[in-house]
Amino acid sequence: MSGLLVMAQMSGQAQQVLVVKWAMMDSLFAQKSDTTYVLNFWATWCKPCVTELPYFEQTQQKYLNQKLKVILVSMDFTRELTTRVIPFVTERKLTSQVWLLNESDANSWIEKVNKEWSGAIPATLIFNNAKGKKVFFEQKLDALRLEKELSDFL
Amino acid sequence: MKNKFWATLFVALTVSLATTLLFQQQRAQASSVGYPIGGTVAEFKLQNAKGGIVSLSDYKDKKGVIVVFTCNHCPFAKAYEERLIALDKKYGALNFPVVAINSNDASDYEDESMDNMKKRASEKGYTFPYLQDATQAVAKAFGATRTPHVFVLRNENAKFTVQYIGTIDDNYQDPTSVTKRYVEDAVNNILAGKPVVVTQTKAVGCAIGWKDA
Repeated sequence: MSGLLVMAQMSGQAQQVLVVKWAMMDSLFAQKSDTTYVLNFWATWCKPCVTELPYFEQTQQKYLNQKLKVILVSMDFTRELTTRVIPFVTERKLTSQVWLLNESDANSWIEKVNKEWSGAIPATLIFNNAKGKKVFFEQKLDALRLEKELSDFL
Repeated sequence: MKNKFWATLFVALTVSLATTLLFQQQRAQASSVGYPIGGTVAEFKLQNAKGGIVSLSDYKDKKGVIVVFTCNHCPFAKAYEERLIALDKKYGALNFPVVAINSNDASDYEDESMDNMKKRASEKGYTFPYLQDATQAVAKAFGATRTPHVFVLRNENAKFTVQYIGTIDDNYQDPTSVTKRYVEDAVNNILAGKPVVVTQTKAVGCAIGWKDA
């Protein structure tokens, strides 16, 4: 991940949006570090997703000095990156990393995120490869639930 | 002092039990089971946004039905509206029409009200019925979780069985870049009397807005 993204996060500025292909997700899933990743699959127009976004933001802020990284993986259309996604991220001053996954053949990758996932959003995957732990949720999470699930990882 | 301890413990246990039950309920809701491939579909009878009531048995003389759980507000569903109309035109003529069902909780999503369904159907010129699953019982029976979510049903002597579950094709963003047409392939096979090859696929979609239990 680029140093620029990390700097933006540390200085508390609004995040930029990184358009990624599946290979980026693959390398994230393959890395062995003792970092807990919280991947939230969302979209700007998804009401329950937008409701839960603040909890993920709070989580990233709370554990800024720990090995925890929140990545908000947007399912928005790639053609709406500059008209919709970037304005949304800027307006909400999101500080977590935001990726836009540009892979239209969802059938080819949904089960690589989790076998249980039907493809509905919101969905969240929490994993730590060094600890060999992984949990997945195809539902909306609240602050309490997120905190409870993370306590098993940190 | 002792009483207070037990009271606190009781409250703590009750809260934790209630929380556990709530989580289990949410999990169950997210992973609803529904009909398996080959499963027989139960009769349903729903209000049509284009007027009247439509039931599955109305299609007993057809070769099958393409059932699509869709809605008004979801961009993934919108991205497929034109493609649904094209499917209905192509396969309706071959006695294998489209039936669209909206199972979203309209009390939580004003966009999904019957009035807005009527508007959508007439604006887009839906050639197929657009049904409101007001109790969400039909979505639950099918195991539909998102929009759009397709179920291709084969009809044999008024017995409808599920032959394909999943997405329409392999590119929601750009219809001109589609390489795999899952629903068309499934219907073509059924019409030819052959088994469906790819029986299940997944797609990203908007979670159906469930009513609070």
